[in-house]
Amino acid sequence: MDLEQQKRAPIYEALDSFRKQRVVPFDVPGHKRGRGNPELVALLGEKCVGIDVNSMKPLDNLCHPVSVIKAAEELAADAFGAAHCFFMVSGTTSSVQSMILSVCKKGDKIILPRNVHKSAINALVLCGAVPVYVDPRVDPKLGIPLGMEMDDVTAAIEENPDAVAVLVNNPTYYGVCSNLKAIVGLAHAHGMKALVDEAHGTHLYFGDQLPVSAMEAGADMAAVSMHKSGGSLTQSSLLLLGPNVNARYVDKIVNLTQTTSASYLLMSSLDISRRNLALRGEASFQRVSEMAQYAREEINEVGGYYAYGRELVNGNSIYDYDVTKLSVYTRDIGLAGIEVYDLLRDEYDIQIEFGDISNILAYISIGDRIQDIERLVGALADIRRLYEKEPSELFLAEYISPIVAATPQDAFYADKESLPIREATGRICSEFVMCYPPGIPILAPGEVVTKEIVDYILYAQSKGSSMQGPEDPDIRYLNVLKGGAR
Amino acid sequence: MEFWFNEMHTQNVQMSIRVERQLFSGESDFQRIDVFDSPEFGRFLASDGSVIFSEKDEFTYDEMIVHVPMAVHPNVKRVLVIGGGDGGVARELSHYEEIESIDVVEPDKLFVDVCREFFPANACGLDDPRVSVYYQDGLRFLRSKQDYYDLIINDSTDPLGHTAGLFTKEFYGSCYKALHDDGIMVYQHGSPFYDEDEAPCRAMHKKAYRSFPISRVYQAHIPTCPAGYWLFGFASKKYRPLENFDRERWEARGIKTWYYTANLHVGAFMLPKYVEDLLEEEENR
Repeated sequence: MDLEQQKRAPIYEALDSFRKQRVVPFDVPGHKRGRGNPELVALLGEKCVGIDVNSMKPLDNLCHPVSVIKAAEELAADAFGAAHCFFMVSGTTSSVQSMILSVCKKGDKIILPRNVHKSAINALVLCGAVPVYVDPRVDPKLGIPLGMEMDDVTAAIEENPDAVAVLVNNPTYYGVCSNLKAIVGLAHAHGMKALVDEAHGTHLYFGDQLPVSAMEAGADMAAVSMHKSGGSLTQSSLLLLGPNVNARYVDKIVNLTQTTSASYLLMSSLDISRRNLALRGEASFQRVSEMAQYAREEINEVGGYYAYGRELVNGNSIYDYDVTKLSVYTRDIGLAGIEVYDLLRDEYDIQIEFGDISNILAYISIGDRIQDIERLVGALADIRRLYEKEPSELFLAEYISPIVAATPQDAFYADKESLPIREATGRICSEFVMCYPPGIPILAPGEVVTKEIVDYILYAQSKGSSMQGPEDPDIRYLNVLKGGAR
Repeated sequence: MEFWFNEMHTQNVQMSIRVERQLFSGESDFQRIDVFDSPEFGRFLASDGSVIFSEKDEFTYDEMIVHVPMAVHPNVKRVLVIGGGDGGVARELSHYEEIESIDVVEPDKLFVDVCREFFPANACGLDDPRVSVYYQDGLRFLRSKQDYYDLIINDSTDPLGHTAGLFTKEFYGSCYKALHDDGIMVYQHGSPFYDEDEAPCRAMHKKAYRSFPISRVYQAHIPTCPAGYWLFGFASKKYRPLENFDRERWEARGIKTWYYTANLHVGAFMLPKYVEDLLEEEENR
């Protein structure tokens, strides 16, 4: 990485000089630097609306970058050790989908863990590729999905030698990492591309104490959520390419669905966040790791909770652990993670990232201060004091492996009917069901609805999980394929 | 030369104090601290641009937060002061002989150092042999304490700044746990007058009211506070601020004060109607 070059921020600099030129706008956006929408200015401030401008010669164009956006993307590629980088403005969803659409055509097989984000399966609906799922191992106590085990990946590759790619979710939401280097090596040895959903791993590029990043592991493509740990604005993301990917083809794929009015707020936020990470990222994430470690120790000191860390590493399904994550197992105090999540927000004014059946995840980042960590720990201690129960009555969290009966695309577009959820058992589902966050599907289009899955959905719902996906927002009904029981 | 210190009390109201000279400016991990000399308020200290106390009016605040609970609780031995690194609260507490220990927990060492250098009349309170100063986060200090204190004084002033953690349900819960069965907690309750201060003021009462069986609010006039008007919270497990107020005992102590009196003790709990109303609304919410 060329540190001297990294001090530049081409998009930001171009916006700054553009602002000073005081150009009279007879182009979109119609708010004209906010003048036409004073309420928007009151909300966002003059500076913000002043740089909400359209693509034009001095500011380049994301659809076909030739000047400042190109330079910014090259700097980002250099900072992340990639051969090429795309600035993405439709979230990491667009990065993940571009990866899959770039390597899969209709009927192609792609190997991926079942606990992928819905964006990956949505990409299969779009392109008609066939998923080959590797069931993630589940930690029997914590109930969290773990990484991909090498044996499982090897078996999937050998059983499906015609698959075109392997997608790895690394690190997971919970901070679990697979043996990325080995999986990439195995995929390449079988002529498959290695794709990494690195939505939760921007920081892995900045710190040698952290697990290996996708580009360092030799992956072909990686989707990086700059807006998560990288500090850029929500919805901005990066798509990184390794040296053996045709960037021109990926560019066409990206432009299939990308807006032609990319926001300069998002792009400049990517640009200055990249600069910040390149110049100060390592020190920042060292501090984040220390804060998370401090929080883990203090939470474990409170008792009743288990804030886990590197001790989970087992060399396979938990090949490495991202210590910047703060995941806490809550069931020993008799409360589901989602219940603790709700208490923290409703009673203590603390918003954490998510709660599942057994765990909560608090997102620690470069914006945190130690006094806020004290609040979180203090609130957890107080929740234990006031709300602790006997742990017996809780559902045993288990991973339910899906039965894939149709491709996501076929199921999505097939003729369907709506059935009460209990009566849907045995039928092929045509829609997603997921708890949000984390947005990992319990059911995906093309999968068989089983009694076990229905029980789990109703239980998670009763514990207060926000369920999304089905046409019926209350999930009393499910859409299934017509044509009777399977 | 015109040299003025301005503090925004709201987006639309500011307080200006003419300054003679600036004596100190420094920044810690927690806050920016400035010390000024002024003709009207004497020497004053500002944190992140807000006046924390001035020589002219600090007595109001220190007396009201100490003597009110001390005149109610019959037997205070262990006191915890959260914040209070200036020493003013400890100074008032040192009048009481029955107190055995005063733990002052102040996260910011710079704040204590600055007060020692520029406000010796307050900081002398920290020299009482019963005082121990801990440079720690208040919430963290409280986590390990159970059934230990008779009185906890939350001397942190800003529910929105770096001490926000001390105006939360987790803080009130931790205090409840750290107090004996007849313990009292008093705390800064903010100013209810301006619109943007009203919400935090309400939220504080809502939390304290649900954390303690007895929760009352009292008031004082402090010129450098927003609208010159300030509230304190009295949260207690057993003693009531008026019913258990021991006027004779307190008067017999002969403590020299400038603001607090036994009459004022009773009067301070008589609140304006709009304040009563907003507190009641939070109680019934």
